[in-house]
Amino acid sequence: MSDTVKNTGLFALVAVLIIWTGYAESWNLALQILNMGLISAIMALGVNLQWGFAGLFNVGVMGFVAVGGLAAVLFSMPPVPEAFWAGGPRALGSLVVGAGVIVAAVMVMKKMAAGRKRNLLVVAVLVGGFFLFRALFDPAVDAIEAVNSASTGYMGGLGLPVILAWPLGGVLAAGVAWVIGKTALGLRSDYLAIATLGIAEIIIAVMKNEDWLARGVKNVTGIPRPFITPREIDLQKDPGFVETVTNLGLDPVTASSLYVKLSYTLLFSVVLIILFILAQRALKSPWGRMMRAIRDNEVAAMAMGKNVTKRHLQIFVLGSAICGLAGAMMTTLDGQLTPGTYQPLRFTFLIWVMVIVGGSGSNLGAILGGFLIYFFWIRVEQWGPDLMYFITSGMADDSPLKMHLIDSAAHMRLLTMGLILLLVLRFSPRGLIPEK
Amino acid sequence: MDFLNALVALSNYVLIPAIAYGSQLALGALGVTLIYGILRFSNFAHGDTMAFGTMVTILFTWWFQSMGINLGPLPTALLALPFGILGTMILVLVTDRMVYRFYRKQKAAPVIFVMVSLGVMFILNGLVRFIIGPGDQRFADGERFIMTAREFKHMTGLKEGLALKTTQGITVVTAVLVVIALFWFLNRTRTGKSMRAFSDNEDLALLSGINPERVVVYTWMIVAALITIAGVLYGLDKSFKPFTYFQLLLPIFASAIVGGLGNPVGAIAGGFVIAFSEMTITYAWKKVLVYLMPENLEPSGLVQLLSTDYKFAVSFVILIIVLLFRPTGLFKGKSV
Repeated sequence: MSDTVKNTGLFALVAVLIIWTGYAESWNLALQILNMGLISAIMALGVNLQWGFAGLFNVGVMGFVAVGGLAAVLFSMPPVPEAFWAGGPRALGSLVVGAGVIVAAVMVMKKMAAGRKRNLLVVAVLVGGFFLFRALFDPAVDAIEAVNSASTGYMGGLGLPVILAWPLGGVLAAGVAWVIGKTALGLRSDYLAIATLGIAEIIIAVMKNEDWLARGVKNVTGIPRPFITPREIDLQKDPGFVETVTNLGLDPVTASSLYVKLSYTLLFSVVLIILFILAQRALKSPWGRMMRAIRDNEVAAMAMGKNVTKRHLQIFVLGSAICGLAGAMMTTLDGQLTPGTYQPLRFTFLIWVMVIVGGSGSNLGAILGGFLIYFFWIRVEQWGPDLMYFITSGMADDSPLKMHLIDSAAHMRLLTMGLILLLVLRFSPRGLIPEK
Repeated sequence: MDFLNALVALSNYVLIPAIAYGSQLALGALGVTLIYGILRFSNFAHGDTMAFGTMVTILFTWWFQSMGINLGPLPTALLALPFGILGTMILVLVTDRMVYRFYRKQKAAPVIFVMVSLGVMFILNGLVRFIIGPGDQRFADGERFIMTAREFKHMTGLKEGLALKTTQGITVVTAVLVVIALFWFLNRTRTGKSMRAFSDNEDLALLSGINPERVVVYTWMIVAALITIAGVLYGLDKSFKPFTYFQLLLPIFASAIVGGLGNPVGAIAGGFVIAFSEMTITYAWKKVLVYLMPENLEPSGLVQLLSTDYKFAVSFVILIIVLLFRPTGLFKGKSV
């Protein structure tokens, strides 16, 4: 069986699974799985770039996804002028001061000769700078949050079209990745893992607490939609639309929701296809070959005159940017930013399962893994309780064990994902579509 | 100025909680460091193994409570602890046999081990939530305080009270005993010596006839005991929640790395460094400063450097600073 046949077969299998869901359950659910599958595939492409191409172990995917989501708010939400003029310039100014303090400390570190005098001066700059920063920053934040805190309480965004916010989300994530990469990439491989794990938690903590930025746990809702996506309610009011779908034998409410989901599918597919073509070209280019050479033997690549740290930084930033882009797309699809829902198991480790199962180093594999694992992630949640009902069908209905088992069956999906990861790593470490 | 009251307030809100938290972190970090020294990978399933051990202990505690067995003023969990340790030992040994041994035989790269430990983490996380649920569990019983704030005020006549929780006392005493036992084991027994030899130089240890599989089994058993104790102490002191235990992974890793990975003394020092920095940076200092400053200079705000939610950021920043300036940690650990 040739590779093409096998790969086509695998993707056909995913298509059958999704269509079967639509047929047996509901087309809304099927399209929802398809849309999130597209986003998952993009995230998996980003992680595959880092791990499959360059062997970088990034366990902070969640952080970059969240930064992308934040960008969707910051760039596309309408501005809140009163809040901005109440404290915006001051808050931004003090952020600049804060950055200046760090730059000053780094300058002192680099310019002065090593010794106690330098260390003391660096500490003095940092401590003094911290208090200066807080003295400027805190009143500004209070002023912003005081403006109509129930409905806004933040500065709002720039009011750009949301499609523009997607690449900007990538840029923002790339900036964060650059800072992390600059500090952590020179270190050992598993230190990068720990550093990224930590930074992801910190990004979520910042998003939950800095209400002036994006309302924190109060959530931002009503994120604008892309230009081709109308609101369901408008479609249902549109006589032309209602007539068309009624002629097709559909009820207008369901049809409007399907129409909206399909328009997202279209947009996401375009993004995925562009990224896939780019990633494929990168893999086959001299640059991609160099990356894989570095991955397989760093010492040899260094001896050939390749700047390993620089290349690592480059691909780390690129991969994180793709995750940020996917994060912005996901927040747009949800229509809201809810920092409380970012969980490392869902947004970091699940993406890793996708990459490993699909086949690390293969772009097609990452995409397949994205669809397949997301499908199982959603479906196992439902199959778990079903299976439990079946297993416990012999027990008395009020038995506490039966009730407990059925209640906890939803947690089966974590177990299943772990099991899938371990089985693939053990018996098919190269994944479903191996790297060539 | 009222130096005594300031000191009491400081002890009550910062020093005592930090010592208790530091002991818990130190025990957890010792586990990370031992696995790193002997099995040579960073175990991401550490937090969830800890949750598993605590869960088994909690289940036994509930069982004992339902039978009316208790330890009087001490929490029943102490009685259940040996069973929890046993359960965790069985779990890690089964995991090692079924998962890690295969990769050890293959001499797989450390990063593969890390990835495999992610899979184990997923499974344990699901298992714990499946058995005990994702919610908060409190299982401390017995006497709540060794000394309440009111008793202290009454005894000393000071304005500021000092409370000492039973769990804090138990944490420190247990941690000291466990650390003494561990160091005695590592330095004095034949098995302990072979473990250190294996950690220092694998090839040389193999040449001198040390059985690697035996060393690995002992390491896992010790790690299981350490983290179950750490987890139960943390759970008694605060509460048990699977997600919190997963998040503890970060400060525990930070402790082990700050101290120097592979170095047990470093792990203990690292635990306290992290605990004290988290506490001092996220504590609202107003209460202490009020006693120290002249009245007209009293601070108006809370004088909190960072909000409590940023405690992860603190351990992380310390981690980064140490990695940048002393990559092998405060005490010399492994740099490979």
